[in-house]
Amino acid sequence: MSTLETPAPPPPSATPLAPPSATARAWRTLRSSRTATVGLVFVAVHVLIALLAPALISYDPLANNADQALLGPSGEHLAGTDQYGRDVLARVLYGGQYALGVSVAATLLTVALGTVAGCAVALRGGWFDDVLGRVLDAVLSVPSVLALLVIVTALGTGPWVIVLAIAVVSVPQVVRVVRGAALAVVPADYVTAARARGEGTWSILRREVLPNIIDVVCVEFAMRASWVVLLISSLSFLGFGADPPTPDWGLMVAENRTAITVVPMASLAPIIALATLVIGLNLAADGLSKAWGVDRIKEGA
Amino acid sequence: MLSFIARRVLAAVGTLFLSSILVFLAVQALPGDVATQVLGRDATPDAVAALREKLKLDQPAWERYADWMGGALHGDFGLSLVSGKAVGGEVGLYLGNSALIALVTVLFAVTGSLLLGILAGLYRDRWPDHLISTVSLVGMSVPEFVVATVLVLCFSIALPLFPAVVLYGPEASIGQLLPAVWLPALALAVVMAAYIIRMARTSVIDVMASEYVTTARLKGLSTWRVVTRHALPSALLPTLHVIALNVAWLAGGIAVVENVFNYPGIGKLMLSSVQNRDLPVIQAIALISAVVYVACNLAADLGAMALNPKLRTRGRTR
Repeated sequence: MSTLETPAPPPPSATPLAPPSATARAWRTLRSSRTATVGLVFVAVHVLIALLAPALISYDPLANNADQALLGPSGEHLAGTDQYGRDVLARVLYGGQYALGVSVAATLLTVALGTVAGCAVALRGGWFDDVLGRVLDAVLSVPSVLALLVIVTALGTGPWVIVLAIAVVSVPQVVRVVRGAALAVVPADYVTAARARGEGTWSILRREVLPNIIDVVCVEFAMRASWVVLLISSLSFLGFGADPPTPDWGLMVAENRTAITVVPMASLAPIIALATLVIGLNLAADGLSKAWGVDRIKEGA
Repeated sequence: MLSFIARRVLAAVGTLFLSSILVFLAVQALPGDVATQVLGRDATPDAVAALREKLKLDQPAWERYADWMGGALHGDFGLSLVSGKAVGGEVGLYLGNSALIALVTVLFAVTGSLLLGILAGLYRDRWPDHLISTVSLVGMSVPEFVVATVLVLCFSIALPLFPAVVLYGPEASIGQLLPAVWLPALALAVVMAAYIIRMARTSVIDVMASEYVTTARLKGLSTWRVVTRHALPSALLPTLHVIALNVAWLAGGIAVVENVFNYPGIGKLMLSSVQNRDLPVIQAIALISAVVYVACNLAADLGAMALNPKLRTRGRTR
């Protein structure tokens, strides 16, 4: 009770636990964790390739050429050609555009929605928490591939439909993780103080809770991104994702799988591209969670 | 403790009720008229009207939901729009075939990953750990269809040991399907095992650093005894949870893998019913998957409670 008599403490609105500068800390982490560095480099290379694809290769990824079909790797076509005579390397390099574009949009939407909902649930608690928890459990209980297939057949295979569908099936998991992290922050004195000051839920969420769980959110972003990339490629493989002429890795494997004995590179090249991207994302998630001390296993439970 | 179990069971039933509503709404309340959706844009008005009649689309949604749920509780999921057969029997047939894959997958994944996870945990930061961790990272970074394709390349084409595609229909006997089960199960197990290995490794490292393991070692117990008595049980607990959490994922993975191998299981039925817009079948599959998921989670929770006295007491005070 003695604290009440002391002169007013400095206003705690400046989020006492937050680090001096988020960018400075991120930079330190990056240099200290080799795993995270390697992972982020993998991802950065993929982003660069996707952006610079037109400058890197002169072949058109959509151009059919019946005379050049099913060729093995050569000086002219470094990774050979597929059954329509399209250059495999060009399709792999361009393939990142669809995969990365849709995945980034879907992951951003998912993590943003999940973070807001997770924090709100942790702050409000009570029946709101119970009801939302049950609803999210119910969503989780339906296989995400089936839910995705149903949404996509009903609304079409446009990129925005896929972004929306992915968000629907993956938000519950983000909410679980963020809720767990936020529950650890909510009992803190500075949150109580903010409540006592009469701050609204949104303001507490933005100024007190979010800065303290931003590391969890970042790790979740990397984790979720790897999961989303896999899901989207599976969807394309099944024929419900990217529409056929589009260069996409999952679609390429589906198209070239039957010719795997003739031109193995046409299937292996997109597989390698897909695997390196996801390995990069997983390494980044692992490295960041280790460096920031985020216990994925506990948060996920 | 009984009240804790009762509460968990009640919560599971509540979740199931909610998911049945979600499934129904998602399938029935899709934008546009369901009958037109099913038949396609250029259906004749007569055909649309007939289907509306058949699906009882003129009744309010809650009545149709009650009808559907009432039937589902008795195992009657209506008639397939494509084959005209009872959905329950058809789904059950395919489900049985998939259960064969699921069983082998879980067996492979659990034994293999516990073994590797414990090995990695025991040899922490030495070469076996690095090797196992790298392999499991790659395992969780490639989608199932990639693992399946690579397995076909290795074990059906290079070394023709297993069939690359199944030529039998859903009525195939276990003996006919058995040779075709191993590759799909292995593909699923590789992806599933990656997560369990990481979980098992972490818990083994935690246990081996604990005081009671030090005591056991000081007592002169052999490493083998320490592992079987202490490391294994503690690695089992989180594993149970991962398996339960992965059941919903497994259903999705099965859909992909079964289509690679043309295996007549629930995943293949799922895909073809979505393509044909066979709504009763889609609903039945979604509901059955939800039941399996909720039941597995409930079993994992109760199993964890049985293995961990701390959870038991917490349940009592809550």
